[in-house]
Amino acid sequence: MNGHIEVIVEKLIEAFGDSSRVLTEVQDLYSYSFDASFGIYKPEIICQPIATDEVVELIKLAAQYKIPVVARGTGTSLSGGPLPVKGGIVVDFSLWDTKLEIHPDDLIAVVSPGVITSKINDKAIEFGLMYPPDPSSAHVSTIGGNLAENAGGPRGLKYGVTKDYVLGLEVVTAEGKVIRTGGRTMKNVTGYDLTKLIVGSEGTLCIITEATLRLVPRPLATKTAMVLFDEIVDSGHAISKVLRSGIMPAKMEIMDRHSIIAVEEYASLGLPIDVEAILLIELDGHHQAINEEMIRVEEACMSVNARSVIVAKDDREAEQLWQARRLVSPAIVKIKPTKISEDATVPRSKIPEMFQRLKEIREKYNVHLVVFGHAGDGNLHPNIIADQRDEEEMHRVEQAVEEIFEAAVSLGGTLSGEHGIGLMKSPFMEMELGKDGLHMMKLIKDAWDPQNILNPGKIFPEPGQRFVLRND
Amino acid sequence: MCCAMIDEKELRGKLAYDETFSCVQCGYCLPACPTYISFGKEAHSPRGRINLVKLAAEGKISIHDMANPIDLCLGCRACETVCPTNVEYGKILTSAVNVLAEYREKDRSRKEKVLRDVVFHRALTNKNVLKLMGKGLYYFKKTKMDKVLRKSKILNIMPQAIGRMESITPAVKLPLNRQNALSAEKTRSQLRIGYFSGCVMDTIFANVNDLAIKLLEIGGCEVVTIKEQGCCGALQHHSGERELAVNLAKKNIEAFEKYEFDYIVNAIGGCGAALVEYHHFFDENDIWFERAKRFSALNKDISVILSKLDLPFTKSINKNVSYQPSCHLTNVQKVIDEPLKILKSIPGITYIPMKQKDMCCGSAGIYNIVHHEESMLILDDKMAHLKNNIPEVIVTTNPGCHLQMLLGVEREGLSDHVKVVHLVEIIAEACEI
Ligand SMILES: Cc1cc2nc3c(=O)[nH]c(=O)nc-3n(C[C@H](O)[C@H](O)[C@H](O)COP(=O)(O)OP(=O)(O)OC[C@H]3O[C@@H](n4cnc5c(N)ncnc54)[C@H](O)[C@@H]3O)c2cc1C
Ligand code: SF4
Ligand code: SF4
Repeated sequence: MNGHIEVIVEKLIEAFGDSSRVLTEVQDLYSYSFDASFGIYKPEIICQPIATDEVVELIKLAAQYKIPVVARGTGTSLSGGPLPVKGGIVVDFSLWDTKLEIHPDDLIAVVSPGVITSKINDKAIEFGLMYPPDPSSAHVSTIGGNLAENAGGPRGLKYGVTKDYVLGLEVVTAEGKVIRTGGRTMKNVTGYDLTKLIVGSEGTLCIITEATLRLVPRPLATKTAMVLFDEIVDSGHAISKVLRSGIMPAKMEIMDRHSIIAVEEYASLGLPIDVEAILLIELDGHHQAINEEMIRVEEACMSVNARSVIVAKDDREAEQLWQARRLVSPAIVKIKPTKISEDATVPRSKIPEMFQRLKEIREKYNVHLVVFGHAGDGNLHPNIIADQRDEEEMHRVEQAVEEIFEAAVSLGGTLSGEHGIGLMKSPFMEMELGKDGLHMMKLIKDAWDPQNILNPGKIFPEPGQRFVLRND
Repeated sequence: MCCAMIDEKELRGKLAYDETFSCVQCGYCLPACPTYISFGKEAHSPRGRINLVKLAAEGKISIHDMANPIDLCLGCRACETVCPTNVEYGKILTSAVNVLAEYREKDRSRKEKVLRDVVFHRALTNKNVLKLMGKGLYYFKKTKMDKVLRKSKILNIMPQAIGRMESITPAVKLPLNRQNALSAEKTRSQLRIGYFSGCVMDTIFANVNDLAIKLLEIGGCEVVTIKEQGCCGALQHHSGERELAVNLAKKNIEAFEKYEFDYIVNAIGGCGAALVEYHHFFDENDIWFERAKRFSALNKDISVILSKLDLPFTKSINKNVSYQPSCHLTNVQKVIDEPLKILKSIPGITYIPMKQKDMCCGSAGIYNIVHHEESMLILDDKMAHLKNNIPEVIVTTNPGCHLQMLLGVEREGLSDHVKVVHLVEIIAEACEI
């Protein structure tokens, strides 16, 4: 594509005033060629900006030479978001973690794009505040990556996801213009809501250089219960029952039997392996309130045939109960090394039905499928465990995953609750959105990035693009 | 470069290729990796290195392309401790180091060969040379010759690194005479301990070994320092001198097998890590594998044994004390709580937790000499965490860390305020021995 690489490198170094943040060695090109999903795509240049001006300069260069620009946080995307599938410049934001301001009186945080997500909450806690979005990867992923993927976590049930906490953004457009969207206020209806449009756009519309985030008061206490079910369907009923008894838990996480067994084999925590499902429920709020609420949670669960409810007496016991959930990932990869994490999401009422479909898919394709995740908001995590080196098995896995997507969409759900579309799921976009729906999205992309230099090859499928889970 | 001639299949066999597949590239190891944090490049992260080794094994990049990140890995193995999928990073790293060593052998300059030969084959493995070095250092310090030399700038002709290390090397004491055979009769309930003295340790820090032995004895153990023991082979192992490391391991296994010890104890986090992993030096089908495994199981860090004994603390140490764990003690030997437990039990001590104490200090065997500049970047990040709450004493459990902390304290201009001691020294002081 580009005979201009050397010129671009030279100009980038000039713009950055620092050659150590413009990388072209083979060891570096390959080190930014992957993420936590599949595939290796070698970029031509890596650069590591630490200021908005630098981003402006690099976008202008990219626009001039029509070379792709792919933003990257820490590369934990599970859908191929930061992969430079068309080569070009990977813009690594991980060094730009320099700004993390808390303004306690406005209940906001202002952050640079490379700040590690969990550090925002750590800092907010010092002021008695909380930044609620808590993807499991929060201690590794960047806020830029979270914004671009609209990441969510267990607390999403009660508190919502990343997009619910963004008040304003500073972004650099594909033409190299700096714009600010939103602001510092809770309410803002001035024109189109560009902030929400950019959140979840996976680096395809513009580059995020700063974010103003909303914080909330930190709850005083938490309380955890572990609920055991002989029938997985009952666990689905329990979720609705609890939510209809006037209580909004902070978290409701599920583990199916296959994940329970895997954890037991891995760590012998003493979990019962003859149950079909475990629900972990966390309440947060005032001590007295959550004590009372917990009694109601117990009643609600028992009324839909839970086998038993174990309530943690203190934070230490709660920690032990959550340990089971945390060990699912390490435990399942003991079985086979390759983990395909899906996050198809269905309306809450369809959770029992989705479980049934997943069970059928498991048997039909003879794949090692375990289910765990954020049951409370319908965001199940069907994970398939396989071995990348086994071609035949990977083929079955691909078919199984396709059918999981179909099942979710046919139940009124979505391809992805939080991991994003990226490269991996783009072939299924039309299935969920329809031709016209996808076309309207494409018009937005074309308007913002007419030269298609920002993360090309993502979200919108290429003609004839198929779903693949292999590296070559 | 050298790599065109390399047979791909052969290479795949030599690199721990299968092990690389356990890495799901989740990035959970990034915040724990000192080189990633200090250099800010993915190639210097565990995930990046594993990927490069995998690509090299697949022939997609040349060995040359992975060399720099592999050379600059500290081998601290903090990445293993945090990895949710238990990637065997140590194995992957060693395989890459060995392959690099093998293919570089051909390209190495004569001068470098001689130097490696002297360091790995002769100096480190030869007790007499080391003793001489120890004595040399001892008299060097004692006669204040060091000052004279420093003035004459003779040290300037040494690489800067060695010069700096020399300037912070503590005063050396000669080892005491030690019991080197088992007594005929063993009293009941008495632990019989074979003491592993380590080579560098026994020259520069012989004093620490002597105190460790005394503490064990006061705690009621019988302690024997057998003469047949030798260098543990860790440095050679980490530097791709595989054959040599294996031979050293065999010698030690054989030497200690002749005795019936309840434990073999050392006070060196780094050597201890090699000793507890001797079986990794051998193929599983090798007859030495099981022997090594039995040997490894007996090896314990001094803190593990001392934490089980009744120590007679008689003196209060009224100081603010921080602890800098040795990475190899933490991540390989998995000895985490014991040193802290003893430390906190010493009367008078105020324990100040060091921020990010599990980050490597950048010493890592001979890393701080071979890769001096990078090592100083890592050390400066470490010292930055110390500044908010400066302790009076920093406790270490490994000579390498010890020297590096001394250097860090000196670089920060804190030498007059902060003392660096081995865990054993502070315990001994509290027991007034
Ligand atoms: C073990 C594991 C657990 C996970 N758990 C969760 C979970 O619970 N919930 C969840 O939602 N996700 C989860 N994820 C997925 C992933 O962590 C999130 O998608 C995260 O938001 C990615 O952040 P990152 O910094 O790694 O970004 P990257 O992966 O580097 O990039 C992600 C996307 O963001 C874009 N981007 C990055 N920075 C910018 C910027 N400054 N401007 C514009 N675009 C940008 C990239 O181009 C790319 O499209 C998990 C991943 C792993 C490996
Ligand atoms: S934590 Fe483990 S699996 Fe994750 S990237 Fe690091 S080495 Fe790979
Ligand atoms: S051994 Fe230490 S330096 Fe090397 S990759 Fe692991 S954490 Fe980083």
